[in-house]
Amino acid sequence: MTLDAAVAPLDVDPLLDDPETRIIVCCGSGGVGKTTTAAALGLRAAERGRKVVVLTIDPARRLAQSMGIDSLDNTPRQVKGVEGSGELHAMMLDMKRTFDEIVEAHADADRARAILENPFYQSLSAGFAGTQEYMAMEKLGQLRARDGWDLIVVDTPPSRSALDFLDAPKRLGSFLDGKFIRVLMAPAKVGGRAGMKFLNVGMSMMTGTLGKLLGGQFLRDVQTFVAAMDTMFGGFRTRADATYRLLQAPGTAFLVVAAPERDALREAAYFVERLAAEEMPLAGLVLNRVHGSGAARLSAERARAAAENLEEGRIVDQQGGKAVDRGADAPDSSSPAAFEAHEAPQAPASAGATASSEPSQPSESSESTDPPEPSDPSATRSTRAPASMPAPTSAASATTVEQLTAGLLRLHAERMQVVAREERTRDRFTALHPEVPVAEVGALPGDVHDLAGLRAIGDRLAAGRAAT
Amino acid sequence: MSRLQVVSGKGGTGKTTVAAALALALATEGKRTLLVEVEGRQGIAQLFETEALPYEERKIAVASGGGEVHALAIDAERALLDYLQMFYKLGSAGRALKKIGAIDFATTIAPGVRDVLLTGKACEAVRRRDKQGRFVYDYVVMDAPPTGRITRFLNVNDEVAGLARIGPIHNQAQAVMRVLKSPETAVHLVTLLEEMPVQETADGIAELKAAGLRIGNVIVNMVRPHLLDEAAVRAAAGDRRKEVAKALASTGVAAPTKLVGPLLDQAAEHAQRVELEREQRAVLTKLGLPTYELPLIGEGMDLAGLYRLAGDLRQLGEAFA
Repeated sequence: MTLDAAVAPLDVDPLLDDPETRIIVCCGSGGVGKTTTAAALGLRAAERGRKVVVLTIDPARRLAQSMGIDSLDNTPRQVKGVEGSGELHAMMLDMKRTFDEIVEAHADADRARAILENPFYQSLSAGFAGTQEYMAMEKLGQLRARDGWDLIVVDTPPSRSALDFLDAPKRLGSFLDGKFIRVLMAPAKVGGRAGMKFLNVGMSMMTGTLGKLLGGQFLRDVQTFVAAMDTMFGGFRTRADATYRLLQAPGTAFLVVAAPERDALREAAYFVERLAAEEMPLAGLVLNRVHGSGAARLSAERARAAAENLEEGRIVDQQGGKAVDRGADAPDSSSPAAFEAHEAPQAPASAGATASSEPSQPSESSESTDPPEPSDPSATRSTRAPASMPAPTSAASATTVEQLTAGLLRLHAERMQVVAREERTRDRFTALHPEVPVAEVGALPGDVHDLAGLRAIGDRLAAGRAAT
Repeated sequence: MSRLQVVSGKGGTGKTTVAAALALALATEGKRTLLVEVEGRQGIAQLFETEALPYEERKIAVASGGGEVHALAIDAERALLDYLQMFYKLGSAGRALKKIGAIDFATTIAPGVRDVLLTGKACEAVRRRDKQGRFVYDYVVMDAPPTGRITRFLNVNDEVAGLARIGPIHNQAQAVMRVLKSPETAVHLVTLLEEMPVQETADGIAELKAAGLRIGNVIVNMVRPHLLDEAAVRAAAGDRRKEVAKALASTGVAAPTKLVGPLLDQAAEHAQRVELEREQRAVLTKLGLPTYELPLIGEGMDLAGLYRLAGDLRQLGEAFA
């Protein structure tokens, strides 16, 4: 896939090399390769001479291992095997540890212990709504304040919505600083003024209601927590605001990461709009796992026709039968040609439901241990019954060069279909946001396991467009 | 078969699509299913090509044999206000609570309340009966949070019941937990045949089991066709290059010799991917759970594709869930 001239390519290297770039935030919906992109950018910047720390939120184990670190934790650790004069450090956010550290840093020992032992605090810090986002931003602020790195690359939490990390700090900040806290504290802080009297009645009614709802003990836990945290509230709010301003500062660059799929790009578009509204500096869109073809001039239709041509007279009956079968299966699809492209794959390794080892579910395991019988309608229609699909073309002596070539052509037709779909999806985004520079990263056939793999992704990122 | 079907999966694996297809598949023969969304993403509306769902149950699709799929996007704030209204008749007090930030506190910051409300609403729909005492919905399918958070999401009621040790929230949390840990509930995990999603599925299963939640099936989504095996690719790349070029020429495509290289490159990638998929299938098999595969919809997911997947799931029939 090549970019149209109208869409500006995103040039990653100048961004990484610019000493003014101090923070890069990678954001996007889940499963688009955000963490991998953050790690690849960090490695590339380090190998181009900068001292970099990558803050990951919830990395897959393999990704941590790809940086030669078995378990990332809350302290930056240097990654070995980085080439050149720069340095790469990596860490994983431990939100409870980060929260505990804030408490320990801002309260005297007794008060800190009271907070850390409070059940409400323990639940809050262990990762309920917003805590992870808040702590990610807190950690970013800490790293930046320490000024020990040229560049901080930060991954964002796998939130409900990709935007949560912008909102959560404010939300938690305004809670800790807000009216509601004062209501909770009200019994302890009743003033004597006549005008306040009515309000106080209202407030004690409110806490009464809350007590009924949540249970008295819970409310007391919250009140104890709030009382213990009292002196820290201002600090939370101030730091949340400071981090927010840091994100708007010129040294920060946001990269929106997406895959060429409808949902991921819809979130990306939403994010681009939100960043603009918040006056946060957007550097561009990284589009991961983009497919291309070295034989793009041969269209899917042409390749499929050529394949049929080669197969003619050989397996024509099978092909015809299959199309009819599929047609009956999916009355809403109109084009018979479409069926072949997503023809069911052969999956001998998982033929049928695999045996369940759960002794607690006897009825289920007895159903699922039986491999589907050929006579069972589900076996012929399900997506994994070998009988219902052509065996993949093999090099066995029976395979003619025509079959082999037809296989190559069908594979190409499938690829071109993917390419076309991805282009359509991408074009929808670029039509909405032509001002956003885009870097496309070609799909790798496998996963990343080591620095070489991350380096390869970095190369693709810098090249900015998918080759094949 | 469990009446509450929870569908989770790593981000990007298509769990919303699978949940929607499952709701369609279960809505056969005059059955009614409710498809619920809990993350406020309006993914169901996008999929069914309708306007954004309000906080109310509405019919969004009909299935073969007169079945119906209804959908609901659960909104935690509205669910809490409803709940307060129902139990405490707090009309204007509810608004006052909202004004001072108490509702916001309860639904966004208070540990777990949000998740209690979301799971609670889904369980209410599971248990709801009409005047004749029949279940209003035969099945409730939940498009749940991703694998990394699913155990915490479903198990939150246990934690909340521990925090709020008495009172209606405590009782509500316990009632929800009774549904979630019973055979009435099955949690399905959607994955792709790739290393990271498979790893996350394995981790998710371990967590769910540890929490005593019942796991249904592993659903492998977007399985691509297996068209050429490695031996064929090797042969083509080696001594049969010229023959392939000749065969290509016979079909009349332009400049066939220049196509051979790129086509073989694609074939080599394909073979590599098939090998990786084989390894990941082996990992999934070791999990010892019923595993099903759904095909990639080549032209992108739309309503037609959704009905096709529903058809595939229906064929899996009784064994499923």
